[in-house]
Amino acid sequence: MKALVARLGRACIGFVSGLGAITRFAGAIGVVVLTRPWRFRSLSRQLYDAGALSFVLISASGMTVGMVLALQGYNTLTRFGAESSLGAVVGLSLIRELGPVLTALLVTGRAGSAKAAEIGAMVTTEQLDGLRMMSIDPVDYVATPRALAIFFAMPLLTAFFILFGILGGYLVGVNFLGLDSGTYLASLETSVDFRDDIVAAFLKAGIFGMLVGLISTYRGTTCTPTTEGVSAATTSTVVTASVCILVSDYVITALWGV
Amino acid sequence: MDSSTSGRDLAVGVFVLAGLAAVAYLSVQVGGLSYSGPRGFEVVATFDNVGGLSARSPAMISGVKVGQVKTIGLDADLRARVVIDIDPNLELPADTSAAIRTQGLLGDQFIALEPGAEEVLLGPGEEILYTDSALDLESLIGRVVHDAGIDDEN
Repeated sequence: MKALVARLGRACIGFVSGLGAITRFAGAIGVVVLTRPWRFRSLSRQLYDAGALSFVLISASGMTVGMVLALQGYNTLTRFGAESSLGAVVGLSLIRELGPVLTALLVTGRAGSAKAAEIGAMVTTEQLDGLRMMSIDPVDYVATPRALAIFFAMPLLTAFFILFGILGGYLVGVNFLGLDSGTYLASLETSVDFRDDIVAAFLKAGIFGMLVGLISTYRGTTCTPTTEGVSAATTSTVVTASVCILVSDYVITALWGV
Repeated sequence: MDSSTSGRDLAVGVFVLAGLAAVAYLSVQVGGLSYSGPRGFEVVATFDNVGGLSARSPAMISGVKVGQVKTIGLDADLRARVVIDIDPNLELPADTSAAIRTQGLLGDQFIALEPGAEEVLLGPGEEILYTDSALDLESLIGRVVHDAGIDDEN
């Protein structure tokens, strides 16, 4: 019994100290971004990795999600004779929720886990210690460009996801289900509000980008220097980031007041 | 700079530019963000009841869209004050009337403009004097049911 309570206590302390450590890590990245010159070369490489190479995955996923939404939405809406609102259903679902959240989850799986594994392998092969020996700050040289690249790529990829989703919904709704093309676009355009929907979507994308960038680089740099350590760092990146994305999504939606 | 680096930089550049273009398209076209310069012209109409009218609802003449609702608010007399953004090329007579109508029985509401016969044109910021409020189906049904009930008691 005593051991159980002690274990609970240890778990709580571990959680809180982990939270403190990642906050200090975020602070260190913030200081680097604000005070050191930006490493544009490195940032461009990471942006290529995390952003440009994710484009096909994101646009294909967005398209499929939009097509499914149109198909499902149409079946429900025809029961009420409201299939003219299909554009609004597809567009609002994509812009408010599915676009930012699914993009963030996909980027976590594709880029976040890769960055954590990459930095974890550097830790295991003592490359970060080598950098420190040459008095190069690993946070500045290794972590910051990767975290920044994910942060910058997220809103752009979210925009692609939403656009391709709307396009997919259009293809299914107009070409396949025989909806009028003007009706689809008009119901989409009249129901989407700039502040409530578009700004909220990119606010979410920015916050998710920050979370994924931070969590993946943090898990990488604090990785146990073994092969199991690298795989644990990758797994915990995906798990932690996914949970954080879903929880913060609820919080942002509630606070933004829509 | 070797060729593989410049190719990668080009890919990143294209990615960023296309991404920004997608953000801009979503904001302007889908989100309806418009730069608030001297564009279109606004007329004001006051209604007793706007029903389900909302910002960005269309304004139509003979079923053709000529503008949209910009804002809906209350005026000093606590009546609904609707600002309508209208195509600047349109010349509307001063005695134009505005009515809130519904597309189909259960469809979205819009403003139907009916041009009058006056020689004088409606200027920017001026008020449409002849208005017809939204048809309130519920109160209409309520009145019919109520009247029927009185008949039963007799």
